[in-house]
Amino acid sequence: MNELIALSAAEAAERVRAGEIDPGELFDAYRQRAAADDLNAFTWVADEAPRDHDYAHTPLGGVPVAVKDLFCTEGVPSQSGSKILEGYRPPYSATVVRNLAEAGAPLLGKTNQDEFAMGSSNENSAFGPVLNPWDRRRVPGGSSGGSAAAVAAGLAPWAIGTDTGGSIRQPAALCGVVGLKPTYGACSRYGMIAFASSLDQAGPFTRNVTDAALLFRHMVGQDRRDSTSLEFPEPIELPRGEDLKGVRLGIPEELVGADAGVDPGVRASFDETLRLAEELGATLEPCQLPHASHALSAYYLIAPAEASANLARFDGVRYGLREDGASDLTTMYSRTREVGFGPEVQRRIMLGTYALSSGYYDAYYGKAQKVRTKIAEDFRGAFERFDFVITPTSPWTAFELGSKTHDPLAMYLNDFCTVPMSLAGIPAISIPSGLSEGLPVGFQLAGPAFSEPRLLAAAYALEQAIGFDGSPARA
Amino acid sequence: MGAPPVPDYEPVIGLEIHVQLDTRTKMFCGCELSFGDPPNIHTCPTCLGLPGALPVLNARAIHFGIMIGLALGCDIAERSLFHRKNYFYPDNPKAYQISQYDVPLCRGGRLGDVRIHRVHLEEDAAKLNHLGASGRIHGSDRSWVDFNRCGTPLVEIVSEPDIHSAEQARDWLILLRTTLRQLGVSDVDMSQGSLRCDANVSIRPAGSTELGTKTELKNMNSFAYVAKGIEAEIERQKRLLDLGEPVVQETLHFDPVTGSLTPLRSKEEAHDYRYFPEPDLVPLLASADMVAAARADLPTELPAERAARFEQELGLHADTARLFAFRAELGDYFERALAAAGANGGAGLEPVELSNWIAPLIERIGSDADPAESNVSPESLATLATMVKTKEVSRDAAREVLTHLVAEGGDPRRIVEREGLGAISAEDDGLGEIVDRAIAADPAAAEQVRAGNMKAIGPLVGFVMRETKGRADGGEITRLIRQRLQ
Repeated sequence: MNELIALSAAEAAERVRAGEIDPGELFDAYRQRAAADDLNAFTWVADEAPRDHDYAHTPLGGVPVAVKDLFCTEGVPSQSGSKILEGYRPPYSATVVRNLAEAGAPLLGKTNQDEFAMGSSNENSAFGPVLNPWDRRRVPGGSSGGSAAAVAAGLAPWAIGTDTGGSIRQPAALCGVVGLKPTYGACSRYGMIAFASSLDQAGPFTRNVTDAALLFRHMVGQDRRDSTSLEFPEPIELPRGEDLKGVRLGIPEELVGADAGVDPGVRASFDETLRLAEELGATLEPCQLPHASHALSAYYLIAPAEASANLARFDGVRYGLREDGASDLTTMYSRTREVGFGPEVQRRIMLGTYALSSGYYDAYYGKAQKVRTKIAEDFRGAFERFDFVITPTSPWTAFELGSKTHDPLAMYLNDFCTVPMSLAGIPAISIPSGLSEGLPVGFQLAGPAFSEPRLLAAAYALEQAIGFDGSPARA
Repeated sequence: MGAPPVPDYEPVIGLEIHVQLDTRTKMFCGCELSFGDPPNIHTCPTCLGLPGALPVLNARAIHFGIMIGLALGCDIAERSLFHRKNYFYPDNPKAYQISQYDVPLCRGGRLGDVRIHRVHLEEDAAKLNHLGASGRIHGSDRSWVDFNRCGTPLVEIVSEPDIHSAEQARDWLILLRTTLRQLGVSDVDMSQGSLRCDANVSIRPAGSTELGTKTELKNMNSFAYVAKGIEAEIERQKRLLDLGEPVVQETLHFDPVTGSLTPLRSKEEAHDYRYFPEPDLVPLLASADMVAAARADLPTELPAERAARFEQELGLHADTARLFAFRAELGDYFERALAAAGANGGAGLEPVELSNWIAPLIERIGSDADPAESNVSPESLATLATMVKTKEVSRDAAREVLTHLVAEGGDPRRIVEREGLGAISAEDDGLGEIVDRAIAADPAAAEQVRAGNMKAIGPLVGFVMRETKGRADGGEITRLIRQRLQ
């Protein structure tokens, strides 16, 4: 492997800043790998980095970043994995993409994803599934499957994705990389093609926790274009602590208990990580999140409801796909949507439209919002006693392509452990905790709103103790 | 048995008014408001509804919304919410309108004799121009969308159904327009669409308290059309009920050319808006400081208060008081003239006497004109009214003076002098002699008056008026004739 590629992103940035690496060479090394991508992780790869930057004097040193397709990037295809946005090149860039570019992380390429971020296997992409670099017969997880696979395979030094119910953490777990879903509002959503606006949040995919902290530091910030964004209340330091002394970890029975359906190999890795945490000085105790078992039901009302409004604008008139040849406007609309939206997206539009309909609102959307409030209260209660709540990120490891596509409900269960944090708006990180039958397992830590610095520090300490070697996938 | 008596109906009318706010930028983005600019030049990802774009509330629009709420006596909600109102139409690029639903910015209130139900903020749609004979989307050859208007801040003001006639609706709408204009929050121009009025109309047997089935009238884009449309709908509903047919709840489109009402197609009408809280915006918190700032920007006297003062303190007739208050330019002119009369000593001129000279002035300058822009200064109108009061000039002669003033301006006293229009009386101008001639010229009339038939005095007075070219005071003429014929 190319020596440049072997460097972590933070190391590479330091070397560029020290004048030891030419940022153009670094960019080209990754550009070549991304262009030769045989995982279908990229939907578009840049020709070159913008030359008008003095990368040696930027905090991110010109280390290029792969960006999930749904982030609008000016003049560059931004299709959210959907045929209905085929060829769409927006006239503006998402705030997070701009923030990163200004900090010295140029755009490497756009990564494949489930259509409109709806999916957990990346099989819902209009541009074909992404393959898991650990086993090409298997899925990378989703919806940010392209970003996870690209980082795992060393096609990108780091990447960004979005997480609505687990779309960063679950693919990070299945690909053996670090994925952080920040506090809702920490990163601007401006320019992210919306799936479920009250849940969508951008976050980093990286090879290690230090890279995650560095990239995250330059993503955050209040944006005057996003009313739901907030100034991050403290500086995000690179993690250093190597122990967990005094850290109280809560293990929610509702998500990890015997009934939760956790795969034995995943459980073994989880238990081993608990043992390491105790060695590092953490205390472990069961905790209760009484409403967490209803999280998926609530999520699959709220997210589709918001999506049904967010996706109503795609009609073939102003941008993206248009099915021409219709005799009248209404027929053009319906043909465009029929051809442009995949089956899972159509399913969720219909679910969401139904949940908001007159006469059903209170029973579905209204009730789901109440459950959401209860889940947030559950977490607040837990964080009175615990610093973090921990679970396996996904109940299982990467599964075979096509093995769950016939059963939407089984597919939805992928997010069983990740959806509760999304509904509560709190941050959670997935780190690789080891392998099960040669496939990566993810370990999830969740903390109170804006606890990312502490979360990253704890994840870093565990990461050092676990000593996960992600390099086989990049060989 | 005879035919059953035709029942008397009471119309029940509520108005929904949309007002474009005169902010610099749009409701949720930084694009400038414009009118008449080339199409689609004031646009951005947000107001075009491009994927990924987000709305941000316009602080000035909130300020204006609170001002309107305060001016209408509403309760201002400390916390209000924006919702998505889902509807799919080419003028609406997000396929939902951001509006306020069950938790609006303002509730309750009253303007004049009509209660306010609520006032809320929302955004305007793009402008559709349908080419083709129909002028509407169905059957158009082609439709153009101009997004310059899309996202213009709107307030929607909803009245309670406290209005009971077409004229009352029109007058109240004029009061509302004047109030909003005085607040400086909008152009409030119905012909340009910055003030739009829909009406909910039902009728019920007089004395009943139950509401009848209502219809909603749209597209009445002038004050006259509001009156005309509502009147037509009341008559239509009366005919239906008299025939024993039900009124169907529907939306009707007013055609100003024919004055007719046609139902909108059900496709345009049948909506389940699927409202839900707008996740892209946080709740609107109207702080005490924001309310205080809005209050500080209110004018010292709003039209409804001014009408009350004109009527109660100045003793104007109720109709005149409302006219002067609701058409602020008339009220302003009147008050300047009143001040001038006071400064001249006024000779005991009552405000109501002065007010009676505004109508003849308007008659001469055109009913929509602003008297302040005419040749007649408020000072000269005050002088003229005072001259009538002191009998320096007769009422008829004063009207002639007013005609001169409107044409050429100047000082009424000099016009009276130049035109020889000064009042003449028995003592010094031979009025008695003219009266004598009148009696001599029409002995039959004189005889009848002598016999006590006072109606017969008219031709005699008319004779004197003609002879004096209207310069003599009618009361004085009558007095002299009766003196002679007793």
